[in-house]
Amino acid sequence: MTTVPITQEIDARGSFCPGPLMELIRTIKSAQVGDVLAVLSSDPGSAKDIPAWVAKANHELVGLEEVEGGATRFIVRKTH
Amino acid sequence: MSEKLAMILESGTTDKLMAASILAAGAAAMGKEVTVFLTFGGLNAFRKGAENAPMVMPDEFAGMEAQMAQIMQAKQVPHWLKNFKDAKEIGEVHLYACGATMDMFDLKKEDLEPLVEEVVGVATFIQKSEGAQTVFI
Repeated sequence: MTTVPITQEIDARGSFCPGPLMELIRTIKSAQVGDVLAVLSSDPGSAKDIPAWVAKANHELVGLEEVEGGATRFIVRKTH
Repeated sequence: MSEKLAMILESGTTDKLMAASILAAGAAAMGKEVTVFLTFGGLNAFRKGAENAPMVMPDEFAGMEAQMAQIMQAKQVPHWLKNFKDAKEIGEVHLYACGATMDMFDLKKEDLEPLVEEVVGVATFIQKSEGAQTVFI
């Protein structure tokens, strides 16, 4: 479990590709620089897609962790 | 990597519309400018009320419409129109209607989903898609 304080968590479990990524982008747009967002996704595509987007958009992937029920929590810091 | 994705969306079957809409959303997310040229079946699918129109499956899935609808509902697969809306919300996405198809189907701009920006000819699409990675769906 990460120790980084999470500003906002988005539960996108059950959301179909590219839903979780869309949720993250939408939320990050309205977040403050420095905010740490967590997105929960059960979409297998997210494992590659969310880190790829974070790199492309120049934000920071703080970490990711498996959660119960086959989902992943991606922790992203808004850097700009 | 090209910074633009251009799509000629000719098919009006639900599977292809879904694929096109997910591609558009993904490309928009990755910062690409997306240009979609809607023609023939692809344009016909963008008539107003598209979200409530019956599903249309290609031959290989013929007769499976009800089953597909059920699966999509169970898996919370968003409607393809919503994917295009989302794409437009997060990125630079432009949808154009093919003028010749408009004429053929006796369609007016106001008959289409408001997501469609403008009626253009093929030359305009070619101009707008210059330098883009282009796909035909």
